[in-house]
Amino acid sequence: MIPNLTLVIQGFAFFAVVWLVMKFGWPHIIKAIEERQAKIAEGLAAADRARQELADADARVADEIRKARAEAAGIIDKAQQQANQIVEKARNDAIVEATKQKAIAAADIEAQAHKAREELRAQVAALAVAGAQKILKREIDSNAHKALIDQLVTEI
Amino acid sequence: MASEEAGSVNMTGYIQHHLQHLQLSVGDGAFMKINLDTLFFTALTGLVFLLLFLRVSRKATAGVPGKLQCAIEMVVQFVDGLVRETFHGKSRIIAPLAITIFCLVFLMNFMDMIPVDFLPWLWGSGHALAGHDPAHAYLRVVPTADFNTTLGMALTVFLLIQYVGIKHKGVGGFFKEWFTAPFGPYAFPANLLLRVIEECVRPISLSLRLFGNMYAGELIFILIAVMTLGAGLTYFSTYLLGAGQFIAGFAWTAFHILVITLQAFIFMTLTIVYLSMAAEHH
Repeated sequence: MIPNLTLVIQGFAFFAVVWLVMKFGWPHIIKAIEERQAKIAEGLAAADRARQELADADARVADEIRKARAEAAGIIDKAQQQANQIVEKARNDAIVEATKQKAIAAADIEAQAHKAREELRAQVAALAVAGAQKILKREIDSNAHKALIDQLVTEI
Repeated sequence: MASEEAGSVNMTGYIQHHLQHLQLSVGDGAFMKINLDTLFFTALTGLVFLLLFLRVSRKATAGVPGKLQCAIEMVVQFVDGLVRETFHGKSRIIAPLAITIFCLVFLMNFMDMIPVDFLPWLWGSGHALAGHDPAHAYLRVVPTADFNTTLGMALTVFLLIQYVGIKHKGVGGFFKEWFTAPFGPYAFPANLLLRVIEECVRPISLSLRLFGNMYAGELIFILIAVMTLGAGLTYFSTYLLGAGQFIAGFAWTAFHILVITLQAFIFMTLTIVYLSMAAEHH
């Protein structure tokens, strides 16, 4: 283990290897590592951002859906109200019309009845006169006895 | 093992053969030698590391990474986190230095996981085929079990500590600290002495720790391998010792996985700590 000239050669050889590594090896590899680290950090940040954006979008969508639902419910309510109103109005109209028609018909019936009664009365008066003529076997002056006949008519 | 004496000589020779570097003399004296095996396996592991790391880093994308890029990025981020935690100054070299230490020391330590006789046996066989005596075919495959490697790295780290210190404090501040910290300007001899001891101890402790662990690990692998050294299939003891060798080898390999990782980690962490201490004002 007495040192010899190998010592010097080994020292220089070792330094040469160190120098080569320092010059041509280490900077490249450390640069690649650092670049990749930056890339990974960037990727992670982007993923975080995307996740946040997705959550925001989800919240927006949920909000929109909620709003649309409320709107639809309002529209349905309103439509139902309108339908109810229309039905109510139709019913009222119908009642009014029916009442009116009933009144007209009633008046008509009354008039017809009146007319018929008058006619009947006249016919009865004529019949009565004719009957009386037949009974008396003589002609009665209808004009002279008009007052009497009229009285008869009203009594019937 | 024909006789006890021959066996022990054989064993000593085996261990010594395993602990001998393949050396090339380039001049006179003990220092002027080069351990070719250490250099070769350092170059091999260094090339494996550089090829993998530089190829992946050149093609590194910020997009979806491949499996290899992922694996390397995991190591890079681990080291980067450690550096950021410990070192608060600004320095371009410290993180690459740390990852180089960790990966390179780990890979060099990992050569210990290859069965201890395998590569030397291949080398010896190659020698025999080439017509040389395989007894002279020395080969040690773990570069960090060579004190030259660990001391060389520790000395480079030592120089970088001084460089980072000067860079962060300026030349004046750096040298002023030698005389004024930690006891104040009036105790400057004590300060200087303490500083010199501290600076000398760091590379030595750093290199000896790694070297000691790996050398001991290799030695234990060699000792486990000795159990069936020269054994014949006709001896009953061969089977007993063979089972013992298997169990011991398995246990030590499993434990050594921990050791090689831990030693690589310790070398790296201490380097970061020393550099951050050098960058901070006292």
